[in-house]
Amino acid sequence: MNNDYHIERYCHIRNNDISLDGISLYSEKHDSFKDFAKATYKHLEINHSKFFKMDNLSKLAFLAADVLLKEETEKNVGLVLSNKAASLDTDRKHQESIKDYPSPAVFVYTLPNICLGEISIRHQLFSENSFFVFDSFNAESLYTYANSLLDEQKSEKVLCGWVNFDDGKYDAFLYVVAKKGTFVHSEAEINRLY
Amino acid sequence: MSKVYLSYNNIVSSYGFNSASAIQNISNEVSGLQLVDDKNILPNPFYSSRIPQDELEGKYQDLHPEEKHTRLEKMLLVSLADTIKQSGLEINQRVGLIISTTKGNIDVLENGSDFPEERAYLASLGEKIKSFFGFQNDAIVLSNACVSGVLALTVAKRFINQNTFDHVFVVGGDLVTEFILSGFNAFQALSNEPCRPYCKTRTGINIGEVAASVLVTKDSTKLVNESVVALGEASCNDANHISGPSRTGEGLHRSVESALKQAKVYPEHIDYISAHGTATNFNDEMEAIAFNRSGLQNTPLNSLKGYFGHTLGASGLLETIIGMHSLNQNTLFASLGFRELGVSEPLHIIETTTPKEISTFLKTASGFGGCNTAAIFQKVSE
Repeated sequence: MNNDYHIERYCHIRNNDISLDGISLYSEKHDSFKDFAKATYKHLEINHSKFFKMDNLSKLAFLAADVLLKEETEKNVGLVLSNKAASLDTDRKHQESIKDYPSPAVFVYTLPNICLGEISIRHQLFSENSFFVFDSFNAESLYTYANSLLDEQKSEKVLCGWVNFDDGKYDAFLYVVAKKGTFVHSEAEINRLY
Repeated sequence: MSKVYLSYNNIVSSYGFNSASAIQNISNEVSGLQLVDDKNILPNPFYSSRIPQDELEGKYQDLHPEEKHTRLEKMLLVSLADTIKQSGLEINQRVGLIISTTKGNIDVLENGSDFPEERAYLASLGEKIKSFFGFQNDAIVLSNACVSGVLALTVAKRFINQNTFDHVFVVGGDLVTEFILSGFNAFQALSNEPCRPYCKTRTGINIGEVAASVLVTKDSTKLVNESVVALGEASCNDANHISGPSRTGEGLHRSVESALKQAKVYPEHIDYISAHGTATNFNDEMEAIAFNRSGLQNTPLNSLKGYFGHTLGASGLLETIIGMHSLNQNTLFASLGFRELGVSEPLHIIETTTPKEISTFLKTASGFGGCNTAAIFQKVSE
């Protein structure tokens, strides 16, 4: 076991603000996450038309991942994301639509790991994917699982974190674990950065 | 790194309330799929395998529950109670709990549910299972589409290798609900007859319902006859499409290669493949391409969907347990529903249940989000 890893960089999206390593990249009040996500997409000059077909959870994960992986050259980046509400935001929409006309375009997003697929497509990552669900942010499990992927040489780097979208509220904290980096990879440090 | 084993196990299915009942029926090539006419779930009749309600209730009441549980919780509790009891393990802080499910208690979103919406949160499901058995660690819930069941076994092994746990109970399950069937129906992916994986005449999937559980352990004194060693495993994304499988089988091929490498075995050492085989056109075709790229086209292969339908978050776990029994019985189980090869690349489909000395098998699964997993298991040598 090596377990001597580092956090290279991290991204937050919460309260109409997206930041990298604690420094705001874009901040402007919008009435809904949908509007904020669209404005962020434009501000960051992202060009990925599929973005507008995504559900809220995928948009949230996609934007945070884009900030972190934009200049990443390593392609073996494992994805380990987690949240509390799984895909419930979209689940409720699908459940509501059943009596009328359920749409495949909505149904496909009724799985939380779809956002991992969206990130994989965008950055052409053919890597390990896992989506965990916890009652609250769980640094311990993310820490252990990222170590496992790196120790067993399944991944060269791991994009980890928390992406929750529920009842209009959103919270994303993603970070990249690598062999070198600015911050120590430890449970305490993950909690501190969160 | 010490070896990690799969051991005590249980399958709650339309066949009964233990693994033996499922294995017995599969040995006899009896399908659990039946035509169900339940307009609360789908306007038209559909093929499915479901756990008998009255018997489930009886088995659940035998556990003397002190609070109300949902149908899925009852299924998971009944399955896990049997596996825990067989194992005789004391539940202490070295014992973990992993739950594999795609949708959990999604039926509580339906109008008229007896349970609050709060129960739809997967951590709430985890808490109910944890507290029932007195687990000291919180449940780790894995929700990674149709690969969840196999991936949960991989995650269990990885947590054991990181010395977080000595033993992990993995339990998986999903319900047959209006939510799920209306969605697959919107994709026009449902078959209106019992499904026929890899067959020329296949017309889509059936959705089925099971709960399955297994003990994953590093303790070589806690084994059963059908125990296997987990040799190597991987999960790779297609990076291609969120609902359609890759045309080149990219993620599955890479998963198989990575699992083989870790297991230190060559394709010719794989005696049997327990494949995903949902019987949709695109999935089965993708698998054929991936297996050919990995040099596995001559390896005997089955899909067990013809017995259970697609049991979603439980499927990979269920099919791994059956693979364990298949090795132990030295029997290749027939890929039920298959008549004539209907994919563009050759595959060796097991057409009738056949005795054969087998020691190593490959389990694969693929799902929405472009996810794929492969895991290699081997009989425990003396």
